[in-house]
Amino acid sequence: MSILALADLHEGQLAGATARVVAAAQAIGGDIDVLVVGEGVHAAAEAAAKLDGVSKVRVADNAVYAHQLAEPMGALLVELADGYTHVLASASTTGKNVLPRLAALKDVSQLSDVIAVESADTFKRPIYAGNAIATVKSDEALKVITVRTTGFDAVSDGNSAPIEVVDTVVENNQSSFVKEELAKSDRPELGGAKMVISGGRGMGNGDNFKLLDGIADKLGAAIGASRAAVDAGFVPNDMQVGQTGKIVAPDLYIAVGISGAIQHLAGMKDSKVIVAINKDEEAPIFQVADYGLVGDLFEILPELESKL
Amino acid sequence: MKVLVAVKRVIDYNVKIRVKADQSDVDLTNVKMAMNPFCEIAIEEAVRLKEKGIATEVVAVSIGPKAAQEQLRTALALGADCAIHIETDERAESLAVAKLLAKVVEEEQPGLVILGKQAIDTDNNQTGQMLAALTNLPQGTFASEVVVDGDKVNVTREIDGGLQTIALTLPAIVTADLRLNEPRYAKLPDIMKAKKKPLDVKTPADYGVEIASKVSLLKVESPAERKGGIKVASVDELIDKLKNEAKVL
Ligand SMILES: Cc1cc2nc3c(=O)[nH]c(=O)nc-3n(C[C@H](O)[C@H](O)[C@H](O)COP(=O)(O)OP(=O)(O)OC[C@H]3O[C@@H](n4cnc5c(N)ncnc54)[C@H](O)[C@@H]3O)c2cc1C
Ligand SMILES: Nc1ncnc2c1ncn2[C@@H]1O[C@H](COP(=O)(O)O)[C@@H](O)[C@H]1O
Repeated sequence: MSILALADLHEGQLAGATARVVAAAQAIGGDIDVLVVGEGVHAAAEAAAKLDGVSKVRVADNAVYAHQLAEPMGALLVELADGYTHVLASASTTGKNVLPRLAALKDVSQLSDVIAVESADTFKRPIYAGNAIATVKSDEALKVITVRTTGFDAVSDGNSAPIEVVDTVVENNQSSFVKEELAKSDRPELGGAKMVISGGRGMGNGDNFKLLDGIADKLGAAIGASRAAVDAGFVPNDMQVGQTGKIVAPDLYIAVGISGAIQHLAGMKDSKVIVAINKDEEAPIFQVADYGLVGDLFEILPELESKL
Repeated sequence: MKVLVAVKRVIDYNVKIRVKADQSDVDLTNVKMAMNPFCEIAIEEAVRLKEKGIATEVVAVSIGPKAAQEQLRTALALGADCAIHIETDERAESLAVAKLLAKVVEEEQPGLVILGKQAIDTDNNQTGQMLAALTNLPQGTFASEVVVDGDKVNVTREIDGGLQTIALTLPAIVTADLRLNEPRYAKLPDIMKAKKKPLDVKTPADYGVEIASKVSLLKVESPAERKGGIKVASVDELIDKLKNEAKVL
């Protein structure tokens, strides 16, 4: 078995998800190469070389790969995939954007959001917003897989794998980068945070999300939101937790003013401990919460902050 | 410019699914079905492009069993001009769907193809990307804004870190995210009119595409149930439990 794992980048640096994709690759077994693609990504390649279990890092650093646009990245993957039995990426927006292109061009199916490896060809993945878990077997010669990173514990950092430069440059005259509005935050990344506190429509407006700040500061938590809070413009889209947003599985998840629709639960129900704060004691969120506190969030949050 | 929209018939998003006792699949007997919510958004976007005079014709296409014609009629009621149903009772996976859609693109020559970003049954999030690769057209996935400008389209994408705007040459493939628009409801007179709009029925064989997949479904299980916990009476009790019982603080 020989596996190519696409590295995840966050502002040009190696993202934490990569160490979890490598863990998924280890569960499959075999040689693991990590591919780092972008512009100015040598530091990311060096970070990837430290990940345990990695045989080799391949780095394609070129202006055409800046911003990781789908067309050149897909074309590069098609060039590099020969000889591998599996190509893995995290189920990040980049992995989801690019990997199906590789699969289609190689005429193979893709398995999305794999949460467990049964064997080199058999995997588990959630379907129907996580309300069912499918076990699927792929007989494709090349297995193209996106990995739900909450399903795998990150490998540690003690390696020094060799780094190989890939000088394949592809042309792209179909798509171009215009601009990016990236949310700036000093808080931990939602996907990998140990603690998450999320607000829903019950927060009332964007300003009220400040009520979560002090608690998040004290806990070192990331802040998330329900779709309703994002749709209402309280907070930006990158904070959405759920079936179609981010999937989180922290040690502690605190849902504030969130009713607990199945699409929201899909994104957080694998958290170790769930706390729900809601004024409606019938809210479905209480059915999955380890600790429920019924009451008005505008009274509870300041008290919680002061007592933590 | 012609706009092609792919719509999938799926379980209604409000329905709580059940797994069959023999774990062979999800039980869909007598379950309410509907258009995939992301496809509603895709149709809405196409219809708005037509209302703005940018699109000249909106064509809806669906691959699936005979009953998928219900969703195509809904698309027609929402403003699509005509529909193509590619009928099959087999479970068509994203790759097969993308291959069929690529054939339709070849025939119809749309200026823009809009799909949903994800079907809420398989949660695959693949088909648009595969279609783009197969047709060698550029892709703008997870779109929250689509602005056609001459022979280009600017697509704002919802990405993990925030928003990204890219420019694509037309024709292009776009997949719709939740915040692209808020779909309208079909009005009764439009539902009546939709019955008379043209709906072409084809088969995968007409396009020379094999539906069979090399991925087999071995088992479908219910996820581990979370046990409902307890209600605490106060913030003090909550903190105490988190510290001393759950030991997460
Ligand atoms: C295709 C599709 C995909 C979706 N994807 C997602 C997704 O990824 N993530 C997601 O979250 N949703 C998603 N949704 C939406 C989901 O169905 C719900 O609509 C949404 O999660 C509701 O958000 P909410 O709980 O914040 O709002 P509501 O359901 O309106 O709940 C607000 C809650 O706040 C409580 N509340 C109000 N005021 C107070 C107060 N003062 N103190 C305490 N409690 C208060 C209320 O009792 C209520 O329970 C999706 C829907 C569809 C159709
Ligand atoms: N059987 C189908 N018929 C028509 N369109 C489909 C079908 N399956 C998927 N699609 C389109 O592809 C999108 C993404 O689906 P998926 O990649 O399967 O999650 C859907 O929102 C539809 O627009």
